[in-house]
Amino acid sequence: MSDHAHTAPGLAHHFDDLEQQHETGTLGMWAFLVTEVLFFGGMFGAYAVYRSSYPEAFMRASSHLNVDLGGINTIVLICSSLTMALTVYAAQKGSKNGIILGLLSTLFFGAVFLGVKVVEYHDKWVHHLIPGPNFQFTEGVYGGPEQLYFALYFAMTGMHAFHMIIGMVIMVWMIFKARRGDFTPGHHPLVENFGLYWHFVDIVWIFLFPLLYLIGAHEGAH
Amino acid sequence: MKSTVLTPPAPTPHLAPEAKERTTYLTADYGWKSWLFTVDHKRIAVLYLISIMTFFLIGGAFALLMRAELLTPKGDLFEAETYNKLFTMHGVVMIFFFLVPSIPAVLGNFLVPIMIGTKDLAFPKINLLSWYIYVVGGAATLFVAITGGVDTGWTFYAPYSSTYANTNVAGTAIAVFITGFSSILTGLNFIVTIHKMRAPGMTWFKMPLFLWAQYATSLIMILGTPVLAITVLLLGLERLFHIGVFDPALGGDPVLFQHLFWFYSHPAVYIMILPGMGVISEIVACFAKKRIFGYHFIAFSSLAIAIFGFLVWGHHMFVSGQSAYAGMVFSFLTMLVAIPSAVKVFNWIATLYKGQVSLETPMLYALGFIGLFTIGGVTGLFLAVMGLDRHVHDTYFVVAHFHYVMVGGMVMAFMGGMHFWWSKMFGRMYPEAMGQFAAVVIFVGFNFTFFPQFLLGYMGMPRRYHQYNEEFVILNVLSTAGATILGGGFLMSICYFIWSLKWGKPATQNPWEAKGLEWEKAPTPPPTFNFPDGERIVVTEDAYAYTEEEAHDHVAAGVKK
Amino acid sequence: MSEHSVSPKIYFAIFIALCVLTGLTVWTAKHDYGAFNTPIALSIAGLKAALVILWFMHVKYSSKLTQLFAFAGFFWLAILLVFTLQDFETRDMMNYYFFKP
Repeated sequence: MSDHAHTAPGLAHHFDDLEQQHETGTLGMWAFLVTEVLFFGGMFGAYAVYRSSYPEAFMRASSHLNVDLGGINTIVLICSSLTMALTVYAAQKGSKNGIILGLLSTLFFGAVFLGVKVVEYHDKWVHHLIPGPNFQFTEGVYGGPEQLYFALYFAMTGMHAFHMIIGMVIMVWMIFKARRGDFTPGHHPLVENFGLYWHFVDIVWIFLFPLLYLIGAHEGAH
Repeated sequence: MKSTVLTPPAPTPHLAPEAKERTTYLTADYGWKSWLFTVDHKRIAVLYLISIMTFFLIGGAFALLMRAELLTPKGDLFEAETYNKLFTMHGVVMIFFFLVPSIPAVLGNFLVPIMIGTKDLAFPKINLLSWYIYVVGGAATLFVAITGGVDTGWTFYAPYSSTYANTNVAGTAIAVFITGFSSILTGLNFIVTIHKMRAPGMTWFKMPLFLWAQYATSLIMILGTPVLAITVLLLGLERLFHIGVFDPALGGDPVLFQHLFWFYSHPAVYIMILPGMGVISEIVACFAKKRIFGYHFIAFSSLAIAIFGFLVWGHHMFVSGQSAYAGMVFSFLTMLVAIPSAVKVFNWIATLYKGQVSLETPMLYALGFIGLFTIGGVTGLFLAVMGLDRHVHDTYFVVAHFHYVMVGGMVMAFMGGMHFWWSKMFGRMYPEAMGQFAAVVIFVGFNFTFFPQFLLGYMGMPRRYHQYNEEFVILNVLSTAGATILGGGFLMSICYFIWSLKWGKPATQNPWEAKGLEWEKAPTPPPTFNFPDGERIVVTEDAYAYTEEEAHDHVAAGVKK
Repeated sequence: MSEHSVSPKIYFAIFIALCVLTGLTVWTAKHDYGAFNTPIALSIAGLKAALVILWFMHVKYSSKLTQLFAFAGFFWLAILLVFTLQDFETRDMMNYYFFKP
């Protein structure tokens, strides 16, 4: 079709109409999220195997984590999901300021989350809990199954944080796009599909929090 | 609907000026930038073809070096460590850089939009990105190969790979990690395209079976590859930081590595074979001039293979120390997964029965596929039985089994598909007599190479050994001789394909008189947007709508091309 | 977009529910329910995830195809977890019942 005079703005050449294009984009994002479920899932698998093999070591190791900080971070991420959902709503209503405010709030909560994580990681560093040749769960005792817990802790929360950072970079880019007026009520696939990605990152944490922080909680030790 | 047949240009290498009035995707733009920054799925398919064939030759070279060593019982050509690196690189290159992408990235990329009746894949730029990722991953792997290689076997089993190997495991892990994304993006693109961009009238059950096969393959790609990614990531972390996740000394379990590795790598073999099966369906229908028998069965069997293929990975681990209970479960499920494959074979044979069979090169490869894949598949059932596997695990029996399905099956399907669609892609015919000759050479060479290996394995020769007992000499010599013939056959094909680009007979729109949008509606070669400008594709016919009359005409005419 | 527009009221309601469930999971974790601690924690997490998926991610208002994709991802993860764990969990069982010295 060489006549483009009647096509909608933003319609790519290989689609028949905007609706097809939007549905395709959303399905594509869902397919990508499926790959992310399996990606994180591999680590959850490793966690499940080792926790069932070393239940006491995992409880001991987990009780070193600060449940309050973890709980705060969980609420923080839930807030960011709320603001993200509201951002999508603002985009549907065509409110440029709403979009920008929503993205800024989401960024803010994301930054708080990462800040808390930095505090937690620093604490692990100070206490020789980074897996590797220097790992000592008990002072002077090197190695041990607690190291497996912390290996998975860092791998899983680290990969999660990495996904958050990427998301935050994209959000900054989206703020610039919003200011330029790129998002209209009828055409804002980036906002909707990014929202899906951000919610997924929240879901990963929803599972990480109880599995990493709460297994030793009833021992009462912090 | 009668399709317009383009007047073929005069059969000389220099096309008459008036014949050049139609621009094709090849002539639409010139210069390296128009190729390296293209978003046209057809050009991306050609880019993939060049890179994949390069890796095929590299992997083949490793294989010939291995077979040269195995000509004699002593380990006299290479040191043991070097031999280990050879079979590792042969496996890594052939699996990740040839077999997994081959048909999807070349034929799939080229044909999926055309067969579906649309202008491009859903995400053209992501398509290009997948090629770049492939090239980067490939370059990284070659870098590892040149700077010392890796000797763990393509399966990277811990704790050797994680703790004891002195070779570049981390580098290879990174290369494989990167390459996996190429696969994921291709699969994602196909799934979304097939769901959302079918032409009006193209219902799921009017699609050619090639599309069903690509769809099923793409499901596996997006569900399985991420687990490989996380596995090599954990392996890399283990290697670099000794976190203990696969190291028994630190509490880890190497069998966990195997579970995570095979969760992808078993479905990966279905990634490798399903597209081939799709090609065979197309070729068999065309060269028997008959509707595919049992269309629905073949379509659903592709999905069944994709789904069941995820439930059987433990059959690679019968002797690794997994629990016997898990072994029994996996053994039973492995029996089940053979059924959909058998369904396909029966349906192809039923299609051939009373069809007007003609033995052009693509059909020769398809017939070879059906026979050799059956042998390979059935020997897979041997291996699925735990008691027998205990005897032949890690012997040449396993090697023969998977080469029968991968080379006798998949590579034959790839060759058949390339011959079938070559004219559509490049507007030139390959020389038919040479094609048939090379097909026979390859078939003969293949069987001489790999049939003796069944016997060797059963007699007890282990795999991945560079030296062996005297009693195995004759069969090994036979195998090496066969490999040389096989290699010769492939080289011959590559040569005449390249030759045909400049001197091959120019092709008509539909030289095989086949059904399907790519033959009936798309010019040869197609323009950038696949169909003549402005033509709206609406599908009314079923797939493979061959009639008896057409079949008789086809035979009577002797298929003049 | 043809997307169904969900009212902010619903989003706030889901948000409150998620916060309450977070509090609940922390509270139950501090008590010792023996073997039930883990299933309880995972169930609450599953419920939270379902709320996010259905409402924040609009799956409740989406096509069957989208719902299928969302389901398939988690179902496949379940395959990975169940089939892998069945090996590790049954090793001792097999040794005890079948391979007595």
